[in-house]
Amino acid sequence: MDNFKVGSKIFKSRLIVGTGKYKNFQETADAITASGADLVTVAVRRVNITNSTEPLLMDFVDPKKITYLPNTAGCFTSEDALRILRLAKESGGWNLVKLEVLGDEKTLYPNMQETIKAAKILVSEGFEVMVYCSDDPIACRQLEDLGVVAVMPLGSLIGSGQGIPNRMNIEIIKKQSKIPVIVDAGIGTASDAVIAMELGCDAVLVNSAIAKAKNPILMAEAMKNAVIAGRQCYLSGRMDKINLASASSPAQGKINN
Amino acid sequence: MIKIQLNGEIQELSKRHNIDELLKIFSIDPNKVAVELNRTVVSKDKYITTYVSNQDVVEIVTFIGGG
Repeated sequence: MDNFKVGSKIFKSRLIVGTGKYKNFQETADAITASGADLVTVAVRRVNITNSTEPLLMDFVDPKKITYLPNTAGCFTSEDALRILRLAKESGGWNLVKLEVLGDEKTLYPNMQETIKAAKILVSEGFEVMVYCSDDPIACRQLEDLGVVAVMPLGSLIGSGQGIPNRMNIEIIKKQSKIPVIVDAGIGTASDAVIAMELGCDAVLVNSAIAKAKNPILMAEAMKNAVIAGRQCYLSGRMDKINLASASSPAQGKINN
Repeated sequence: MIKIQLNGEIQELSKRHNIDELLKIFSIDPNKVAVELNRTVVSKDKYITTYVSNQDVVEIVTFIGGG
């Protein structure tokens, strides 16, 4: 499959996976391997001071082999998000980050005003910012204009598994954007990922659909195949839809004519 | 004796330590964390020269699983 370029980085896989909600770090690592992803999202949290010997994600998923994409999950203000990503940059030493500023506990819907505010500052500080956003073409255009490296419109609510109810918006956003468009949030099963890729999206981000499957490792592989299939469909250009049948076998030479 | 707030909890230290010493006291691998002192990130090359003072607020963070 063709490589996925975002900002100054090039990845082999167009499937980005989240590392949350797994039973343990081993399962996380196994799912990443099965998914073929070389870019994974991570959160930034306090070290356990009272038990500093407890295993860390880095002990299982090597950041030298798999690129960590630090996120700002759980941040509700631009100030909180900036604080997290400045720490992430110092910890990892890389500039590529995922910004998300939430507006509501129940829906985890992005607060676009705060998101845009934070994105502007991060771009000015030299970050390569990928942005979780609403599936609003205007917001996506504003983000692109201020210099982010990718927009990540939600398919549906985070962790909901509801797929992409508003495909038309995703299609509009993809058509107008010169930067990568990544469907983030809402992917529930392989067909959702295929749809996102068939619409022309550059990548998809999947977490809950893999981590909460009965067999996460097998689902990780399914998502890998879905993203490849969807991308190949998009590149090959699907047939036109018509209203009536069109026989695949030739009428000429039939023995019962 | 000084008191600092470390990751939300009060910790007593026998004297002023630099960040490098502080990480050693709590057995934390400096390569796997980032440190913030009074809301400002401390870069790794400043761990030796940056000392914590009484009443300072220190955050030590790492990457965990997340979407």
